Amino acid sequence: MSGSGRERLLMGNEACTEGALAAGVKFFASYPITPANEIGEILSRMLPEAGGKFIQMEDEIASMAAIIGASLGGLKSMTATSGPGFSLMQENIGFASMAEVPCVVVNVMRAGPSTGLPTQPAQGDVMQARWGTHGDHVVIVICPSSVRETFDLTVRAVNLSEKYRVPVILLTDEVIAHLREKVTLPAPETIERFDRVKPTVSPDWYKPFDDVESGITSMANFGEGYRYHVTGLTHDVLGFPTTVPSEVKTAIERLHRKIALGLSDIIQVEEFMLKDAEVAIVAYGCVARSAKSAALELRRRGIKAGVLRLITLWPFPNAPIGKMVKKIKKIVVPEMNMGQIYHEVVRVSSAKAMVKKCNRVDGDMLTPGEIVETVMKGFKR
Amino acid sequence: MSYKKPIYQFLRAEKKFPLIWCAGCGNGIIMGAMLRAIYNLKLDKDKVSVVSGIGCSGRVSTYIDFNTLHTTHGRALAFATGLKFARPELTVIVAMGDGDALAIGGNHFIHAARRNMDLTAIIFNNMIYGMTGGQISPTTPFGMIASTAPEGNIEQAFDISKLAEAAGATFVARGATYHTEQLEMLIEQAIRKRGFSVVEVITQCPTIYGRYNRIASAVDMLKWQEEHTISIEEAKSTGEKAKDKILTGVFLDIERPEYIEQYQKLVEKMQGKK
Repeated sequence: MSGSGRERLLMGNEACTEGALAAGVKFFASYPITPANEIGEILSRMLPEAGGKFIQMEDEIASMAAIIGASLGGLKSMTATSGPGFSLMQENIGFASMAEVPCVVVNVMRAGPSTGLPTQPAQGDVMQARWGTHGDHVVIVICPSSVRETFDLTVRAVNLSEKYRVPVILLTDEVIAHLREKVTLPAPETIERFDRVKPTVSPDWYKPFDDVESGITSMANFGEGYRYHVTGLTHDVLGFPTTVPSEVKTAIERLHRKIALGLSDIIQVEEFMLKDAEVAIVAYGCVARSAKSAALELRRRGIKAGVLRLITLWPFPNAPIGKMVKKIKKIVVPEMNMGQIYHEVVRVSSAKAMVKKCNRVDGDMLTPGEIVETVMKGFKR
Repeated sequence: MSYKKPIYQFLRAEKKFPLIWCAGCGNGIIMGAMLRAIYNLKLDKDKVSVVSGIGCSGRVSTYIDFNTLHTTHGRALAFATGLKFARPELTVIVAMGDGDALAIGGNHFIHAARRNMDLTAIIFNNMIYGMTGGQISPTTPFGMIASTAPEGNIEQAFDISKLAEAAGATFVARGATYHTEQLEMLIEQAIRKRGFSVVEVITQCPTIYGRYNRIASAVDMLKWQEEHTISIEEAKSTGEKAKDKILTGVFLDIERPEYIEQYQKLVEKMQGKK
């Protein structure tokens, strides 16, 4: 990591690379795609200099496969992409979830569907990030709103993936990725790093997918004497394929249990002027910046508004929103899609609050003015 | 390594047997040749990884006692690329089927060959998708019957060796399950080769391919192999007789810069600059 401890003008994608190195990422594989390119370009220089591995693969399917292979080999691994590439990665994201291989996928959201608007921002991949791969899988998705937070959340993504043995998706967007802000990066020694827990038992006793209470089993790296089997097939506690219903049930329920038991650790939100608020704006990513400006403007107009910024998108922050709707009955969910998190907020508020959409899908940034207008029109007294 | 017959040393006999392959399947012969090759090379089990794809061949990784990785369909080489690059001290052997390696995994195959990372790809070529019930694969010969070609295959088959060579592999060989000793030797050579090496193995699928094409016994299919294959050396000396036969042996054994060696040079250069 270069230049920590001093002020720098950094782009979101640059901050992501700094975060990756700070977190101990030693392997990066990717395929070119706008607007994520800077991440791979920068790491193609930084990683070899830092003794790590960089490789440009033949497509995003291969990039995702390569980081899983490298992670099994013991290296903290990451890839970065955008919409179309993220679609291609889904198959192997499912593999990483099923085989519990720690890895980080950065998805710099651009406007879709399909090739869409490659250079323009959107937030259309929120549901895909959670449900993009088939089957009843688990995944963690976190979402930065600033350049500095892109650094912090990249570190956090790596740590969460190592801790929970799960793929973590850093869901950023074209605005944050290409935004330049003044940041002061923390000194390397102040950064908390989590390394996967290795087995302490002898290889003969090692159960790589044991049904432990926490759901999180220890992980042996390939080549270190444990010689176990890793498969995307539903497997027993030793990792071998099984179709025995009781073993299948145990395996799938443990995957979900490890995340369920970690919710208070995984879920992060930021409250902005919510204490006395009558209107809450629930926002994430670049739009959360507009939401904060909108809250300030609404307060100038005499409306007590605040922001609940979602840092963790998945697992969905049910608890903080559930708590909020006990008090605040007017909610706006601004998003740069046709409404994705909106439906989750409606679900959690279960008719206890009035929830309004505020959407923009034309490739331009959703402005504070649009949010203010939604509040003014939506909640007429 | 203490002396033990390969069968006891390398099979997960107590854990995962009996295996799922049909009676008469050639996959066990290939697995056996692979294990004997590993045995001959005196490789440390802890430092061997077998990565496989999806299909009947993909199950090979389940049965053998190494660091084993059963990946997604067609992607075995891409997983193996990450693993080998992360841990160059591992011997990484990639077992794939013909559909696995060349249809869904075709892109990964040609790029792995081009990149020339030190991996050994073994392609179990039974010329059909066995596990899914007998659909045509990229190596099903023209005119042969399959569940998706009930009147005969109208597509042309890939020549795996030519494809591998054109894509940049540094070692290319073809063996057959009938010629077990030659197969063991070819796999041994391929593992020893520092670079991307490919061994195509012609194998029999009596249950599916054989049944569709009215040669439903493993013995008949192996006899077919005996009659229709000829080693490259023998073909050279006999000339005319070799016509229309499938060549076996080493097609290519050349030197090209290996990826991880090149990367290491790059690292030294970049670290020296600082």
